[in-house]
Amino acid sequence: MEQLYQQVILDHYKNPHGKGLAELDANQLGGESHQVNPTCGDEVTMRVQFTGDGTQRTISSVTWDGQGCSISQASISVLVQLVEGQSVGDVEHVADVFRQLMDTRGKGFPADDEATESKEDLLDDANAFTGVSKFPARIKCALLGWSALRDTLASTGASADAHAQGIKHC
Amino acid sequence: MNSTAPHTLSANELAAIRADFPILSRTVRDGKPLVYLDSGATSQKPDPVLDAEQDFYLQRNAAVHRGAHHLAEEATDAFEEARHHVARFVGAQPHDIVWTSGATTALNIIAYGMQNATLGRGGDAAKRFALAPGDEIVVTEMEHHANLVPWQELAHRTGATLRWISVDDSGRLRTEELDTVVTQRTKVLAFTHASNVTGAITDVAAFVRRAKEVGALTVLDACQSVPHLPVNLTELGVDFAVFSGHKMLGPTGVGVLYGRTELLEALPPVLLGGSMVEVVTMTDTTFMSPPQRFEAGTQPVAQAVAFGAAAQYLGEIGMDAVFAHERDLTERLLRIADLPGINVIGPLDAVDRLAVVSFTVDGVHAHDVGQVLDDYGVAVRVGHHCAQPLHRRFGIASTTRASASVYTTEQDIDTFVESLQQVQTFFQVN
Ligand SMILES: Cc1ncc(COP(=O)(O)O)c(C=O)c1O
Repeated sequence: MEQLYQQVILDHYKNPHGKGLAELDANQLGGESHQVNPTCGDEVTMRVQFTGDGTQRTISSVTWDGQGCSISQASISVLVQLVEGQSVGDVEHVADVFRQLMDTRGKGFPADDEATESKEDLLDDANAFTGVSKFPARIKCALLGWSALRDTLASTGASADAHAQGIKHC
Repeated sequence: MNSTAPHTLSANELAAIRADFPILSRTVRDGKPLVYLDSGATSQKPDPVLDAEQDFYLQRNAAVHRGAHHLAEEATDAFEEARHHVARFVGAQPHDIVWTSGATTALNIIAYGMQNATLGRGGDAAKRFALAPGDEIVVTEMEHHANLVPWQELAHRTGATLRWISVDDSGRLRTEELDTVVTQRTKVLAFTHASNVTGAITDVAAFVRRAKEVGALTVLDACQSVPHLPVNLTELGVDFAVFSGHKMLGPTGVGVLYGRTELLEALPPVLLGGSMVEVVTMTDTTFMSPPQRFEAGTQPVAQAVAFGAAAQYLGEIGMDAVFAHERDLTERLLRIADLPGINVIGPLDAVDRLAVVSFTVDGVHAHDVGQVLDDYGVAVRVGHHCAQPLHRRFGIASTTRASASVYTTEQDIDTFVESLQQVQTFFQVN
């Protein structure tokens, strides 16, 4: 039980980052997403504001509102902490690594893999969700906010821009 | 009826029943005894049911209603005998019992059958099922999605209007609304016998009386009632009823559509194919009589046979005893309503109520409640239990639900209540 409900998770749940929707600045790229977990009725509305262009585009703020279990709420709070001020490309990478963590069935990244240390550094507080990956029914809770983020990256075109620019550089 | 208190199960009888359920003696989550309080979702299965299914495959497996060989004969006998057992269990005639893959399928067969009638299939006899703009379908606010969505869609497709009986603050249907909501325009009144969320038992007699006054068809969702109380469909006087095998100690994949003989004879079939036809030409087909008319394709034969065994098993215990036992459990479960920070969604007395208790815990989300209970070996259901409108009615997205069955003990309930207090301790809300 303690493995699932790490203190970090309970702390984020009690004092979440970014909770309370902020108005989007119409002069900058921004978007909103509403995601529902149909099995439990949990929901989140997330607003993401960007600054800059192309590969320089960064996420300036993430605000959200919603209702859900401790895992989903804490995960969104950690997400806010991880992605604010980061470039879209970097955020997509973190999101990717978090999804990988959710596939580890409670084991976390392998100790004998060179990449593990950098992945764990990247995930910071999100490493506390390792225990969640052991409970298939709860992985969806942990991913609710990340799905909202991915949806805004796609719907605003921020994701495509980052990649289009990326290709030019190659 | 005599006036003495109904016979409940003695400790010895209950122990003997539990010994029939191998799964109840397993442990979960690192050695904790299983406390199974999710019977409202699906029940566990006793040896006689498992044996009946296995015995069918070991000794009598063959296609039914076809083939002239010995095995086919025995398989058909077993299949039809099961129909007799299930029919007797709910006070119906065997030819009024149609096998389906479950209650959901059964409800869809009624709704789609009515659509086919609306499209003119089934001739004059089926006209009584046809819907048109101006007609009304009445459901209730506490339906499982299975008895709501098919009617919503039928209304959209035919132009009929969907209306509903609402739920009061105690989680019971406002029966008095029947007089205003059910009118001459009502063609169908579809309602649950007992709520899978609040446990409230519906006053079926009042619903049937009102439907008869206006000439509406009644459709009873008996999924939660048939496993837990004596049900006689003929005495209840409903036109159609549905229930599932897996909630009443039987296997998954089999359920029942019950219809009064004359109605099944008039309702156009929905699923078409082999085993339900008489004469097939390249352009037209005539259909067999019910129940075969509604049993297209290969049926869940071994499951139906085991379903029959489940009905026999419950019948031998006696549904009066099952109901009395579960009423004791209901009273015990309802003790949680007195705990600080626990809010029961549903009636707080054990009268006209099943041992299905849904609740919220102040400051703790249902998912988290269920997770901590699971850590103590207590299996409950969390979420909206396929009844979103009912949850919305109470202004909540989800609840935790504890539901009992014939094999549930007072000790199970006590472990649940103690673990529930641990939930509050863990999340520091007490
Ligand atoms: C009241 C009620 N109606 C209908 C159903 C649907 O039954 P099934 O899933 O077996 O088709 C259920 C099962 O959850 C139920 O509780």
